[in-house]
Amino acid sequence: MRLSRRTRLGGVALLAAIGLTLSACGGGGGDDDNESSSSTDAVITARTTEPQNPLVPQATNEVGGGNVIDLLYAGLITYKDDGSQELEVAESITSDDNLTWTVKLKDWTFSDGTPVTAKSFVDAWNYGALSTNAQNASYFYYPIKGYEAVQEENPTVKTMEGLKVVDDKTFTIELNQPESDFPLRLGYSAYYPLPESAYADMKAYGEAPVGNGPYKLDAWEHNKELRLVPNGEYDGARKPQNGGVTFVVYTDTDAAYTDVQAGNLDVLDTVPDSALQTFQDDDSVQAITAPGSVLGAFQFPSDLPGFTGEAGALRRKAVSMALNREELTEKLFFGTRTPASDFSAPPMPGWTDEIPGNEVLEFNADEAKKLWAEAEAIEPWGDKKLLIATNTDGAGNKASVDAMSNQIKNTLGIDAEPKYYATFDEFLDDRDNNKTGALFRAGWQPDYPSISNYLGPIYGTGAASNDGNYSNPEFDAALTKAAGATSDEDRYQDFVDAQAILMEDMPGLPMWYTDGTGAAATGVENVKFNWQGVPIYQNITK
Amino acid sequence: MWWYAARRILQTIPVILGSTLLIYALVFLRPGDPIRAIFGDKPVSDSVIEQVRAQYNFDQPFLLQWLLFLKGAITLDFGQSFTGRDVSDLVAEAFPVTIKLALMALVIEAVLGIVAGTIAGLRKGKLFDSTMLVTSLLVIAVPIFVFGFVMQLIFGVKLGWFPPTVGGNTSFYNLLLPAIVLALVSFAYIVRLTRTSVAGNLTADHVRTARAKGLSEGVVVRRHVLRNSLIPTVTFLGADLGALMAGAIVTEGIFNIPGIGNLAFNAIKRGETPTIVSVVTIMVLVYVLTSLIVDLLYAWLDPRIRYA
Repeated sequence: MRLSRRTRLGGVALLAAIGLTLSACGGGGGDDDNESSSSTDAVITARTTEPQNPLVPQATNEVGGGNVIDLLYAGLITYKDDGSQELEVAESITSDDNLTWTVKLKDWTFSDGTPVTAKSFVDAWNYGALSTNAQNASYFYYPIKGYEAVQEENPTVKTMEGLKVVDDKTFTIELNQPESDFPLRLGYSAYYPLPESAYADMKAYGEAPVGNGPYKLDAWEHNKELRLVPNGEYDGARKPQNGGVTFVVYTDTDAAYTDVQAGNLDVLDTVPDSALQTFQDDDSVQAITAPGSVLGAFQFPSDLPGFTGEAGALRRKAVSMALNREELTEKLFFGTRTPASDFSAPPMPGWTDEIPGNEVLEFNADEAKKLWAEAEAIEPWGDKKLLIATNTDGAGNKASVDAMSNQIKNTLGIDAEPKYYATFDEFLDDRDNNKTGALFRAGWQPDYPSISNYLGPIYGTGAASNDGNYSNPEFDAALTKAAGATSDEDRYQDFVDAQAILMEDMPGLPMWYTDGTGAAATGVENVKFNWQGVPIYQNITK
Repeated sequence: MWWYAARRILQTIPVILGSTLLIYALVFLRPGDPIRAIFGDKPVSDSVIEQVRAQYNFDQPFLLQWLLFLKGAITLDFGQSFTGRDVSDLVAEAFPVTIKLALMALVIEAVLGIVAGTIAGLRKGKLFDSTMLVTSLLVIAVPIFVFGFVMQLIFGVKLGWFPPTVGGNTSFYNLLLPAIVLALVSFAYIVRLTRTSVAGNLTADHVRTARAKGLSEGVVVRRHVLRNSLIPTVTFLGADLGALMAGAIVTEGIFNIPGIGNLAFNAIKRGETPTIVSVVTIMVLVYVLTSLIVDLLYAWLDPRIRYA
């Protein structure tokens, strides 16, 4: 078929015309709320994913439910913007020996008017820890004495030995070992209280929870939205500055970003990959960035061939110095990640970038080659291949591992190659069982704002997330010393000492801190991120 | 005809058995442990994980898992999602939304497609015909997510005529833009099918006879050309209803529609067998039923076809 120029133009015009006509059918409706002045009655809309569990703090371990839970409940302490602690329900949390802690409570009520007592906390924690209740957050009680006994398959005891109710407003917590910054843990959702009425039917309770936090749940339309309204009974440090928060469920972050651009959604707590490069210059949104607490890192299995013994220590350092973190964060993540200079993250209280030996985290091709050559003299590398393992179903994982193997190849002249896992759970499986045979990705998101939470669980001997099986008695001793410290200054210094040992051993490669990134619609005010990179919802106004 | 319909419905039983078994096998073969994934990066004790695994029958061999699912399904108990909710509730919430979206798309594509295709067929080689051919070619060539994003940006964000996403409010107006996007590709196929068929039938013997009898042009086109020409179009539309619902995964993602596509997408990501299998079973049923309806429609459209 031959087409004249006229016919073709006609086609284009018709296509456009169809588009316009079809869309015109809708007309009207749309933007009805264009209030420019901020008011305390305005309801804020925010993006979430569908909570994966009933809204019970002990059942929740993911962000979709976590964001809501944090607004519905109040714990013994809460965290300020900078990650430092502030008492919420607790009147005081004290200890003489860092081993037994005494908690005294303020007068406080649940949103149904019943009082929050010592029992509300102790019963909730015992419920969460008991293995037969199979709560997702059960792991978080591990510092408490008697945790192992209730975690057994057929537990003979139902409550943790370390928890004792003294009176209505007082209880004591005995730990397995001294921990100077234990109260910092208590702001995490696993440590929230539950009302007496919850236990009768936990499933029904999870659909309509009764909390003690700044908001209460008005309605939960599954897979659509969760509407939160201010809790009139609440009188704490996190008083709502708005008329409520409505969490809108999104499957795809791109759709949420589009809604923010169109003014259809107020707050988005993350930025989709497709907009990472542009969101800071996008006039239709307010870009929000904040230093983040998530550490992107890799770990060496302690028995990885070629990386053992004296030569191994030299090689681990060589690999670290062969990586140009600056270039990776700039090219792959458009500056939304910051090159790491330690094993924790900047929002942590007591953080410093002056760790002895941390120049090993800086790109230095000459030094890397020199160290590698020294290792060669001790034990030749031969024709081995360095594999770098990651799951590929997370944002940016594949690209970063590809780039890292290229950098290592180019700098050290050795054979390095990515090893992909299609799904995160498959990757976890191999990591848990030390079957990766590779330098593997091991990001860390802290449970509470303390540097100890980055060091102990990952590099402590036999620790739960120490999948590389690193073990160094000196490092363990440094952590124990920190746990027994009596002042913050002492503790922070102990963390520096402990990290200096890691810089020497390099059991893992800290790569970057993931900045908190988000977007807000124009006209929305007071959007700030907390230390976890979560918007401080109660302060947002419009 | 009733006997024919009953036989066709009975045939769905082996189809459903086979497809559920296939899905169970596929999810079972998926590497990794979906139960472990629930706990993310954090460690979890074996006693807890074993318990959760047993709760979803994941500790059983896969043939037994499948039989347990079937046993439940007979009593309309389709199991639970990892969120602890009944799969039947999840489907009951999501399915009406997808049906609404797919039917809207079907109506849009059928009405516009048949009208445009008929006009193009009657005026073969003229300006309108060439325009439709070029347009439909363009539409078929461009992937649906491109249309989705572009139309969302233009009509949702820039012009503000439509809400850019649907979310909790699945009203007719909110679903209109996604339905148009969803209808676009099939619209192009229907235009082409109808056009060719109409153009071919125009020169058929029975049409010439009708004209010779002195019937008006309108009656000839409606009664003799169009009715015959619609057989391939109806076949396509029938199969398309299933495709629209399954294909809504992309559209539902772009426009954040809480339908069956989003449900399936999330369930597949999490390896949540009961939900995946239930959704697939419904899809199979939709396909089987629409193809049956299409076959029955043939007899009405073309008197030469009879079912015994």
